[in-house]
Amino acid sequence: MKKQQSKKVALFGMMIALAFILSYVESLLPPLITAIPGMKIGLANLVIVVCLYLLGSKEAFILTFFRVLLVAFTFGNFTMLLFSAAGAVVSFFVMFLLKTTRKFSTIGVSCAGGVAHNLGQITVAFFVLGASLLYYLPFLFISGCISGILIGIAGSILLKHLPKNMAD
Amino acid sequence: MKKNDILLISGFLVTALLLYGIYHFFFAQNGATVVVTVDGNEYASLSLSSDTTLEIQGIDGINILVIENGTARISYADCPDQLCALHKPISKNGESIICLPNRVVVEIKKAPSSKGLDAIAN
Repeated sequence: MKKQQSKKVALFGMMIALAFILSYVESLLPPLITAIPGMKIGLANLVIVVCLYLLGSKEAFILTFFRVLLVAFTFGNFTMLLFSAAGAVVSFFVMFLLKTTRKFSTIGVSCAGGVAHNLGQITVAFFVLGASLLYYLPFLFISGCISGILIGIAGSILLKHLPKNMAD
Repeated sequence: MKKNDILLISGFLVTALLLYGIYHFFFAQNGATVVVTVDGNEYASLSLSSDTTLEIQGIDGINILVIENGTARISYADCPDQLCALHKPISKNGESIICLPNRVVVEIKKAPSSKGLDAIAN
């Protein structure tokens, strides 16, 4: 029992570190398509997706929470905290709901998460910057969808190769 | 990948297309002003209704902005990627052409005097 507990703590700590560092790595990459500000792959979401399947939804939510706080405090500011928290929380709940229905694979869950992330962010942006942003809405749907699918594919490959008893 | 995944993804793409259509048919209005900024500072503000050509001195080079028939486009850029020169002409409110190497942003805006909904929302 005790051994399992410490194994889980170590695994969870590693996941927080990974999500944190992937957010940083992503901020170093040049934007993919400059015409759409905010188009990102969301590398950190890979860890969240894997955690959601490997450890469970409670752990994935805590991971999301800590990643957003750590990244915003280290590299960002209050506005960035608002934006990324809105995206991350909406994305988490959509992925959690879709996963619970058991009707979708990792790719579908992650794709919906990507779209939800962008929708959460643009909702905050809408209140901060005004209605002219709605022009980006269709592009955000597509970019969220594409990055979600990519993350979903990577996630399902990872989950296939990681040992099943990793979290036990 | 399950059948549901494909349905979900197609659903998102159809929604995106619908939103794009709705925006273009109902909300997109032709703008009146072309605002040019270089490195975040306003460089020029031109009317979209009068045909003209402007040479923009950017951070790393020049871009040539052409306004004709109520649309604005970049006809020449001395940067290597040519993304802005290949961009389609813009005319609707909120549309923009961005040249990243030269930090040039060309954006369509409403006439400065208009006090529409956007002015209040801002």
